Amino acid sequence: MGEIICTDITKVWGAGTPREVLALERVSLTVGHGEFLAVIGPSGCGKSTFLMMLAGLEMPTSGTITSNGEAVNGPGADRSLIFQQPSLYPWLSALDNVAFGLKLQGVARKERRQRAEQFLRQVGLREFAHKHPHELSGGMQQRAAIARALCLGADVLLMDEPFAALDVQTRFQMQSFLLDIWQGSGKTVVFVTHHIDEAVYLADRVIILTARPGRLLDSVSIAMPRPRHVISADFERYRGLFVERLRAEVTKAFQEQELAEMLDTRIK
Amino acid sequence: MRGRQIGSWIGRREDDPKSVEEMPEAEEGLGYRGWIKRLIPLGLLIGVVVGVGWWVLSLGIVVAIWELAVALQFVNPVILPPPHLFIAEIRNQAQFLMPQVGATAVSGNFIVLTVIWMSLQRVLLGLALAFVSAVTLGSLAFYFEIFGKLTLPTITLLAPIASVAWIPLAIVAFGVGDRAAIFVVFISVVFTLTLGTVNNMHNVDQVYINTARVLGASRRQVIQHVIFPAVLPQLFVIMRINLFGAWMGVLAAEMVGVRSGLGAIVVVGRQMMNMNLTFLGMALIGLVGYLLDASFGLVQRRVLWWKSTAQL
Repeated sequence: MGEIICTDITKVWGAGTPREVLALERVSLTVGHGEFLAVIGPSGCGKSTFLMMLAGLEMPTSGTITSNGEAVNGPGADRSLIFQQPSLYPWLSALDNVAFGLKLQGVARKERRQRAEQFLRQVGLREFAHKHPHELSGGMQQRAAIARALCLGADVLLMDEPFAALDVQTRFQMQSFLLDIWQGSGKTVVFVTHHIDEAVYLADRVIILTARPGRLLDSVSIAMPRPRHVISADFERYRGLFVERLRAEVTKAFQEQELAEMLDTRIK
Repeated sequence: MRGRQIGSWIGRREDDPKSVEEMPEAEEGLGYRGWIKRLIPLGLLIGVVVGVGWWVLSLGIVVAIWELAVALQFVNPVILPPPHLFIAEIRNQAQFLMPQVGATAVSGNFIVLTVIWMSLQRVLLGLALAFVSAVTLGSLAFYFEIFGKLTLPTITLLAPIASVAWIPLAIVAFGVGDRAAIFVVFISVVFTLTLGTVNNMHNVDQVYINTARVLGASRRQVIQHVIFPAVLPQLFVIMRINLFGAWMGVLAAEMVGVRSGLGAIVVVGRQMMNMNLTFLGMALIGLVGYLLDASFGLVQRRVLWWKSTAQL
């Protein structure tokens, strides 16, 4: 349950056109059942592309992805994706947003509302069931989005910088909230972030992608018991490690960008 | 004492619900005055009275200048009859019983309302037909790419034809009557609305679509449950923008050939050199047009609130 295996996946955007971009190159990776994996890398390294492919919204140009041993050919009920941007439907109440997936499956109104209410309670939004998204705070909206993902019983939660748009306090709150949800649930989480602290605080294992094209640079297990303390020698050690590895990649990304811009102006 | 209390009230924000509850009398519910205050929030009432006051004042200035100009014999009341004269025309029911205005078959007491209703139902029916057709056509053009490619260029060319330009065709095709007027309203909105439907459907936030796909939605479900509700407020705005065009279209049709309804009153007034009637028609056209727009705005805020007007 919830095991994802990626074999040599490569993604080329606009293949065969002059604007062809190699986004991701030969990434092979196994995410174990119940594992919390964080993915970090410089911006534009293909983190989001990687997640879109795991979700089945995009197909790899080459290579294969399997989830629970089955090839990923499109979105599936075993995987759910949570976005950074607000994604609740503004015309539906929180309850109906959470129940939306069940509605698509044709579950009767009364039953899907009952089931959705259970998940709203789990994320602490029961009193807000009949509020609409614009009446909820950013953190509440993301919690409802998580409830919506949980409601279909996905084994794998794919999260694309879900807390990046939130303020610092809310972000901390949401991080421990996510750990509460995940611990003991047996769910697999793949969590994309550009925040080193967030990755070290949350994950069992952190993988680093290189600047474009994204390749697997390193995979580091975080051997710290939970709850983790952000101010501790161990935390500092991991933070230092990732800062150093990332800095080199970010510099490379910048240089590449400058080079590309220079070439662009030359051509013009 | 009481004056000071009311004075302190005016300073408060009317949309602040606390200010209503803070009133000691409203809390206690003592006597009938307390009850009245509880039922009608005073702050809101003052806001409404002040708002209406400006309207009355603004209109009053125009009416006063007009009446004064007539009283001082600067203008000829036969050509520019002042408001008190043409409003009095409402009582002149016999005028409206003329077959030209098309209200012969109805009982005498509510002729003005009947005439208003004639024009109004043509607009509403035309808009409803246009909305249903445009959304259907637009959705099909969005769903079946080939169908869109085949139809949209023609629709793009038809959209800028002014509603008035369709009137001769409408009268030839449908004869003189309701159907011609409804057709003019329909045709003045349907093409623009179809194009708006397709454009807005293409611009729906990708995150909304991806969310539905991740939750297992088919393409049809994405359109039905995500894209359609997402574009609905914008479609309504397009309708509202084109409302005055449609209103103009139906009145012009009524003046030229259809010969019943508010547009016909204006023309009959001119033909009989009874400018009282013409001005009454004009005043009613303005008033009804305004109320039509205002009621659309109300629906927009109450029913389609998920896109605030600021976002549109």
